Amino acid sequence: MTSPGKTEVTQGNPASTPDEQGIASSEATAPALRHLLDIDSLSQADVTAILDSAEGMLEVLGRDVKKTPALRGKTIVTVFFENSTRTRISFEEAGKILGADVINVSVSASSVSKGESLYNTALTLQAMQVDALVMRHPHSGAPHFVARHVNAPVVNAGDGMHAHPTQALLDLFTLRQKLGDLNGKRITIVGDVLYSRVARSDILALTMMGAEVIVCGPPTLLPVGWKPGKSPAEYGYEDVKIIGDVDEAVTGADAVMTLRIQRERQDAGHLPDMREYSNRYGINRRRLALAKPGAPLMHPGPMNEGVEISSEVAHGAQSVVEQQVRNGVAVRMAVLYMLCSRGKEQ
Amino acid sequence: MAESIERVVLTPDEIRRALARISHEILERNAGDHGLILVGIQTRGVYIARRLAANIEQFEGFAPPVGSLDPRLYRDDPEQASVHPVRPTSIPVSLEDRPVVLVDDVLFTGRTVRAALNALSDFGRASRIQFAALVDRGHRELPIRPDFVGKNIPTAHDERVHVKLTEVDEIDQVDLVRLSPVGAGA
Repeated sequence: MTSPGKTEVTQGNPASTPDEQGIASSEATAPALRHLLDIDSLSQADVTAILDSAEGMLEVLGRDVKKTPALRGKTIVTVFFENSTRTRISFEEAGKILGADVINVSVSASSVSKGESLYNTALTLQAMQVDALVMRHPHSGAPHFVARHVNAPVVNAGDGMHAHPTQALLDLFTLRQKLGDLNGKRITIVGDVLYSRVARSDILALTMMGAEVIVCGPPTLLPVGWKPGKSPAEYGYEDVKIIGDVDEAVTGADAVMTLRIQRERQDAGHLPDMREYSNRYGINRRRLALAKPGAPLMHPGPMNEGVEISSEVAHGAQSVVEQQVRNGVAVRMAVLYMLCSRGKEQ
Repeated sequence: MAESIERVVLTPDEIRRALARISHEILERNAGDHGLILVGIQTRGVYIARRLAANIEQFEGFAPPVGSLDPRLYRDDPEQASVHPVRPTSIPVSLEDRPVVLVDDVLFTGRTVRAALNALSDFGRASRIQFAALVDRGHRELPIRPDFVGKNIPTAHDERVHVKLTEVDEIDQVDLVRLSPVGAGA
């Protein structure tokens, strides 16, 4: 799987003029990004600026009046070529709290089901003057393709097995709340890494922030060439350690992340059966106890309780699953605000 | 754009005296109203609001609650708004039926105050909102005026007023700064 280039992103700081308060721009300034397509295209400063802004957004989310005029008059379109509830609703809520109009394109009820090409769908949406396009697609790189052909900012809400940048950002945000600075923290990711765009984006985001990442999963669900004891550095994933035994992988972890077993992709015969997976790799109370005391337990959802995560720990004291969902709205608000509030200059 | 300090317009002592006077004026105008709440505009307005509250406690024996407000999401110039991260707003008590003094370091075009007034209204209907600024530098673009001012400083458009406070900077000082194009010998 190749990473589809970084050319869509214009890096660099905007001319940081002191604002009218006379406040010198000593703080981290928000990045001048055109699109959010993957984690690879972000710098550490970009990520920090997004997470800092998400703090403010989280406060807005907790207000009695959850509405601001920040993106009033902007139109955000979500196009999901793959099923989703939480991510789509999360983007929709984020856009609406910021005052934008959010239109959800249901692919099955749209011209796509009549055979319209991705290119023409993109041009059609562009002609309707949308201000941002949030897109999920089963093919890796599809959002990158669209970003090359439209002027509006494109947010990748998950493409094939490639990337899910907003999930990685909300995971970082949740971990930052729980653990503070992630530098040197040991984060263990357990499960189906092969098919997981969440894992790919999380690994990149975590290592960027200086965390030590441990990956653990059945050999059939690790990317080709990823074997216990080997470092996947040659594939661009540095600072990642692969450990075959889940007990060993979880021991001493500052946080544990479980990944969803994608049942819809398991017909290929990667696993003998779900119960064996659960026995060998499922996170339960005994395994979670091997991690550091109070280590947060994360899951990107939707959970297969009793498979990759036991019901007991999924709803236990260390679970931050619901916090992740709430933080997701705040992070997506920060992303949409950053991309949409830049006006018409290009 | 490079910057060069033209002159110091407020020294540490002058800042202290100005804030003491504003505290007295706030008390005078809101005589006996213990429902008073101060809301500082992020970031330096918050520090000034805290200092005013400390003065008021010293003078009158009660400390008004201090809130902080980031009006960025309410601005009408989003290009400028997106430069800094959005900061959390924190209003410790309901504003319903209470007098509010909004506090900022510099009053310039009035657009920040306009945005802050809109933001405040999402937190309840205050009985009255007044505005205090350490420096009023003129150039209003909206019909907004301060109720309490530390110092009026006439400025040119290409000048900037930099308020430094010990909470975040090395010293208490207000500088007048001139912006000059990069490479023009700054």
